[in-house]
Amino acid sequence: MHKDAAISKPGPDISVNLGGLWMKNPVAAASGTFGYGFEYQDYIDSASIGAVIVKGTTLEKRVGNPPPRICETAAGMLNAIGLENPGVEVFVTEYLPRLRQHGVTVVANIAGNTVEDYEHTAAIIDKQSGVAAIELNISCPNVKQGGLQFGTDPAMVEAVVAAVKARTSLPVIPKLSPNVTDIVTIARAAQRGGADALAMINTLLGMAIDIKTRRPVLGNVFGGLSGPAIKPVALRMIYQVYREVDLPILGGGGIVNTADALEFIMAGATAVSIGTGLFVNPTLPAELSLGIKQYLTEHGLDKIGDLVGAAHRF
Amino acid sequence: MPAVEKALVAAHQEVAQGLYEIEVLAPQIASGARPGQFVHVRPGGTSDPLLRRPLSLYDVDQELGSITLLYKVVGRGTELLSRVKSREYIDMMGPLGRGFTLPQTGQSILLIGGGVGIAPLIYLARVLKAQDCTVQAAYGAASLQDAAVYQRKFQQLGIEAWPATMDGSLGYQGTVVGLLHQMAPAIKIDMIYTCGPEGMMKAVTDYAQSHQIPGEVSLEETMACGVGACLGCARKLKPEDADYAKVCKDGPVFSMDLMA
Repeated sequence: MHKDAAISKPGPDISVNLGGLWMKNPVAAASGTFGYGFEYQDYIDSASIGAVIVKGTTLEKRVGNPPPRICETAAGMLNAIGLENPGVEVFVTEYLPRLRQHGVTVVANIAGNTVEDYEHTAAIIDKQSGVAAIELNISCPNVKQGGLQFGTDPAMVEAVVAAVKARTSLPVIPKLSPNVTDIVTIARAAQRGGADALAMINTLLGMAIDIKTRRPVLGNVFGGLSGPAIKPVALRMIYQVYREVDLPILGGGGIVNTADALEFIMAGATAVSIGTGLFVNPTLPAELSLGIKQYLTEHGLDKIGDLVGAAHRF
Repeated sequence: MPAVEKALVAAHQEVAQGLYEIEVLAPQIASGARPGQFVHVRPGGTSDPLLRRPLSLYDVDQELGSITLLYKVVGRGTELLSRVKSREYIDMMGPLGRGFTLPQTGQSILLIGGGVGIAPLIYLARVLKAQDCTVQAAYGAASLQDAAVYQRKFQQLGIEAWPATMDGSLGYQGTVVGLLHQMAPAIKIDMIYTCGPEGMMKAVTDYAQSHQIPGEVSLEETMACGVGACLGCARKLKPEDADYAKVCKDGPVFSMDLMA
């Protein structure tokens, strides 16, 4: 009966426009958690996902950090992969054609140690077909600025976003680091640089210690915390930014079920991203799309946009 | 065929102290499973602990669609798993990883296991027997109780197995590496497969290579995704390697040639 009802009446519209990135549904696979889109092919069709944000790409190949690279923590995990990737040339010649052929909505994620790194990588990606947007990982240390992270300094955020915008006509989506005192200041800087949307949040900096060996667990000592443990922090930051900055938000941080995703949308996210939750449940993207659609239907809403920022009406 | 299945627990028991054997019905996963592969088990469906646990295939019955796992309770995840009862369901993903390369029929094979690392060698032994290989096993167990579990399993498969225990309560007194050096020269070995503690596998690899015997090792590493997406389970197979292998996808089974 439920099925018949769905056929006779078109369901609510869950497609979204995230600052020029059109997504058939509001769920994105977060960078670094879904490889190049085919690692999970036995479990989910990448083309069915709203957007696949592929593994972070740098101008040159990076071998990544020494192990251990991951460590489970309370309701989450730490990772310090170290941006292992084969470099942008391999991405565009080997991975991108396959993704394009398969009809995947691809968002490239780029990282670098200088503004020039970002510019060159963006320029190479801009020449390709089959990329729908560029996400900027701005949590990297800027070697020219003494290793300070791009994402923690408003002037550097503005500069790197503006530099990439000048090299591409694709929507540019900086991914904000939560490791800052005032996220709104950073979001405003990204907007001044010309960002089309904001992705938030990246992982929270953390560490773990092995009490048997008395050594830090991760080879890199510090790593990024993700998973349900960070959800309240992510929600708070999205709520703050939605209130102050007029840019669509791709919201994520610890989403593992539909209720989580709805919270992010109500806090102000136009679309949601999932990462660590995928490791636990590879069919989560499909479950979230279906769950969001059901919620809209049950509450008589025609489109997901009606729910974005709903928590701000109180 | 790879899948995420709600696997019905058919049997689950503590076979030795802290050592559990769980048999589940997971026909899709079982249908494509090969020795040396693993499944990714979500212990409680909870957010804490969050991640799946990789467990190697201890035995598979493809006709029945059943998978048996052998695990030691070592942390919160396996502790939670140990509480699952018969006729409940567990969330299982797989089969994952690259399994053992099977030799030609009729070859003479030596399996060398240490502790719960024996688990993947059992399923391998079953498949090797089915293709008329002569299979012998040497293994180290932490206790007489553990050794009894492994010895019984090898006996059921009709495999000649030599145990090693540190206190000599069963079989050779000492490590399985000591046992290997004592027994191996007297028998014909075309191929060696090993799984267990790192130091043991290193010693077995050294032995195999110094005697020009081909072999494979099955490695263990903390994992998140299990499919090669997160790059978390990275390790250099040889210290001088430039790149990191991913144990979940490139392995967990690797040729000894890659190791040293």
